[in-house]
Amino acid sequence: MSLKVGITRFLGTNCDEDVRKWVLSKSATATYLWYEDQFNVKDYDMVIIPGGFSYGDYLRCGALAAQTPVMKSVKEFAQKEKPILGICNGFQILCESGLLPGALLANSEQRFKDQWVELEVKQNKNPFAKQTSNGQVLKLPIAHGMGNYYADSETLKKLSDQNQIWLTYKDNPNGALLNIAGITNEKHNICGLMPHPERANAPWMGSSDGAFFL
Amino acid sequence: MKVGIKIMPRDVILDTQGRAVENSMKANGFELQSCRVGKFLELSLVTADQIKAQADVEKMLKQGGLYNPLIEKFEIQFM
Repeated sequence: MSLKVGITRFLGTNCDEDVRKWVLSKSATATYLWYEDQFNVKDYDMVIIPGGFSYGDYLRCGALAAQTPVMKSVKEFAQKEKPILGICNGFQILCESGLLPGALLANSEQRFKDQWVELEVKQNKNPFAKQTSNGQVLKLPIAHGMGNYYADSETLKKLSDQNQIWLTYKDNPNGALLNIAGITNEKHNICGLMPHPERANAPWMGSSDGAFFL
Repeated sequence: MKVGIKIMPRDVILDTQGRAVENSMKANGFELQSCRVGKFLELSLVTADQIKAQADVEKMLKQGGLYNPLIEKFEIQFM
């Protein structure tokens, strides 16, 4: 039985095909989940929310996508403690949905960042970090204008205390507090990160460290 | 009934857009201390009742995701 992965698609999602190929490379099945439709949570083992610019980042990045029918099902999926991964805009959507704490603000240097980054694994207790070890350094690409992770000091303390900080930047590209590149919820089943593991799935892509995530 | 909603980044939030506008103004010799950029929404509501309008708009803000309380603040204006 191969892993059944649902991949959400909103208007403006643009990493859906890359994520599908990444999932298929792991011999899992990939099914697109259209934003206007709810889905049966029993049909999937994992949900991935790919990156892009859902709704053209109108209102706030991820804000309108967070209000769609498919996200109602994603919330139900979350309650069942099944694994959810949000990448880039997917991370922003998870924050706007209230499934992850905090928000992503404009990069502190006021420009879009498209480059390779080095990340440090801070906890490997979540479903997407099992093949990595604490302290391991991963090389992944980023491509975002709004990746500056922000949360109030109380939330940041909670994230640290409860081991919810998943990945940090070695050299902070966007001003994110505590160098945060990725976090999880308290139960570690909902995970979000700004870098793109699906764009680093083979040596010819520049790195194959993204292969560790699935 | 028309209702306006002014949404601004909270004071603690680094407003990069405001900073860029401020720098452009200063670079062109205009005098200002600072600039922050927000947005203004103009809603045409079905109701003509101000109390209902206030309640409806607050619901849109808080439950409909019109604003994010972590990073933004709002002001409702009846027009």
